[in-house]
Amino acid sequence: MTSSKLYNAIFAAGISLILACLMIGVKLDTDGSTLAVKGATTEQWMWIFGGIAVVFLSQLFSAQVDALFGAIPKPNFQKVLPQGEKMAALKPWLISAVIVVMLIWPFMVSRGTVDLATLTLIYIMLGLGLNIVVGLAGLLDLGFVAFYAVGAYTYALLSQYFGMSFWACLPISAAMAAGFGFLLGFPVLRLRGDYLAIVTLGFGEIIRILLNNWTSLTGGPNGISGIAKPGLFGLEFNRRAKEEGAVTFHEYFGMDYSSSYKVIFLYLIAVLLVICVIYLINRLMRMPIGRAWEALREDEIACRSLGLNRTAIKLSAFTLGASTAGFAGCFFAARQGFISPESFVFIESAIILAIVVLGGMGSQVGIIFAAIIMTILPEMAREFAEYRMLLFGLLMVVMMRWRPEGLVPMKRPNLELKQQ
Amino acid sequence: MSQLLLDVNGLTMRFGGLVAVNGVNLKVKNRQIVSVIGPNGAGKTTVFNCLSGFYIPTEGSVMLKDEQIAGLKDYQISRKGLVRTFQHVRLFQKMTVIENMLVAQHRHMNTNLLSGLLKTPNYRRLEKDAMNHAAHWLEEVGLLEFANREAGNLSYGQQRRLEIARCMVTQPELLMLDEPAAGLNPNETKELDELIIKLRDEHEISILLIEHDMSLVMGISDHIYVIAQGTPLADGNAEQIKGNADVIKAYLGEE
Ligand SMILES: Nc1ncnc2c1ncn2[C@@H]1O[C@H](COP(=O)(O)OP(=O)(O)OP(=O)(O)O)[C@@H](O)[C@H]1O
Ligand SMILES: [Mg+2]
Repeated sequence: MTSSKLYNAIFAAGISLILACLMIGVKLDTDGSTLAVKGATTEQWMWIFGGIAVVFLSQLFSAQVDALFGAIPKPNFQKVLPQGEKMAALKPWLISAVIVVMLIWPFMVSRGTVDLATLTLIYIMLGLGLNIVVGLAGLLDLGFVAFYAVGAYTYALLSQYFGMSFWACLPISAAMAAGFGFLLGFPVLRLRGDYLAIVTLGFGEIIRILLNNWTSLTGGPNGISGIAKPGLFGLEFNRRAKEEGAVTFHEYFGMDYSSSYKVIFLYLIAVLLVICVIYLINRLMRMPIGRAWEALREDEIACRSLGLNRTAIKLSAFTLGASTAGFAGCFFAARQGFISPESFVFIESAIILAIVVLGGMGSQVGIIFAAIIMTILPEMAREFAEYRMLLFGLLMVVMMRWRPEGLVPMKRPNLELKQQ
Repeated sequence: MSQLLLDVNGLTMRFGGLVAVNGVNLKVKNRQIVSVIGPNGAGKTTVFNCLSGFYIPTEGSVMLKDEQIAGLKDYQISRKGLVRTFQHVRLFQKMTVIENMLVAQHRHMNTNLLSGLLKTPNYRRLEKDAMNHAAHWLEEVGLLEFANREAGNLSYGQQRRLEIARCMVTQPELLMLDEPAAGLNPNETKELDELIIKLRDEHEISILLIEHDMSLVMGISDHIYVIAQGTPLADGNAEQIKGNADVIKAYLGEE
């Protein structure tokens, strides 16, 4: 018992030492015109050995560490909220209150904050989309960002080549992403678990490499710039109208120009889109198709024996998830005004997946919280710069120990049986 | 009245060199309880897998009401009215009892995305029908009070009953039960016995049963097939099987 613990601890410490030596301990640096291997500074070595000591001790006393994690209170969000009929009566008020706050709040804070909130909303959309695929249908998709890219590039290209407006492109982007989801899903969905994960991972990379190299269409690594911002019934949010004779928002309403109108307007669009997505997915989850997704995740063989066509059901989950990403992508392109393949790297897929896992697979509220944490935290941790990913990893480990079922685990709906 | 519902001829299933099922014939008439018995590893479950489309039989024909179903996909076969349970309970563990029942009615419900999103009257009506139908069958198997309980939290006997209810809600004509009494206590076995007879007599379906509990099998079966090592050994009614020397030998081993 204790000897196996000691062995574990030594092993873990050894692995940490090797990894730390390779990753932090030695560094390639230019020395004049040649490359030289440089060791870490004494201070860095102190940190490394400190870290290894932590690993060693936490392995050695893993039982005590577990007890420590167990002692951290787990706030039960479901308990905090009133239950049953009271909740049903309160819910519309709660939702309206949240929406009103969401609408008023941006007028009282700085531009940067509103911008960050918009970014958070994009991640919420992405998280909700991936939740259909991973959380509900149980299909591990590591290339979700590909559909996001398809949505973004669809709008960027249509806007650049045909001058189409954001609002017209929104459904087209979603449809394009859904189309790609369908195309990829068709051959791939008969694969299981790990294999599916690897193929989707590959697909994500293929799309990115394609965008990078198809220079004549996508501009390659230079990306596409000058993408039109969304307008309000034809009113632009620029200082001056792009075309002769067109009227801008501030001129129309006789206000002074302020660049924050544009930011707030984008934020409001994002709020609107997120509300739409939440409503739609909420409906889907309560519809036969949503239940079929979960049933497929629970037991595929039982589904088949009950006459469910698993290919069709998996495809629908994949396609609908992809179209949500396309939606988000279109908005992302409009918000940035500039996109390049750099925005659609694997780490984005990983972050979206982390949001789903952190939030609690299948739970919408959890995903919203997780998306907020995952976008705000990196902003607050800016000074840590290169250690941000390390923090991110630490957060995941702590979460998995503390609340493996996610922030807000999914709750089963209570269906009323109406008896005559 | 006693029309042929299922007619299996020369069913053979090979896994590489292993012949798991070898020329099995089965006949199930309307409103009949037919049992398949045999020692462990005889190939009974494999027969079920072939009939329900989980395996594609190497040889043989499977006729369901004059229609060849060998080679069809599993979900196509279950839509034709041939539904099965599993030797090891397969419920949607994390979903509630009522949700399990609704999933089984997937194809009877309105699966049109738009009408569901807009909650059209037609959609609501079908949803209500499905709920009522589910409630009806939960009542039949005595699980109505657990409707909103997670299926995984039910007792083993309740899970077995839920699995049968979940099959029945798909409105099958032939229900195939793979060792439904395994792991049940004598009381539960008796209830199961009554339930199976009720399904035949009141709901007018046929049942194909795999079971090791001989008193259950002998008590309720209209016809019994015995297979040993994949090969048909004997068939007949309970009396004939009980007195068959080959069957006794297969079960008790050579003297
Ligand atoms: N997919 C498969 N691949 C290879 N061999 C298989 C496969 N499925 C079943 N078999 C073999 O077929 C034989 C019959 O198995 P089967 O499960 O049908 O027996 P059974 O009669 O249901 O037994 P039990 O009473 O124990 O449930 C066994 O020898 C088994 O190993
Ligand atoms: Mg078996």
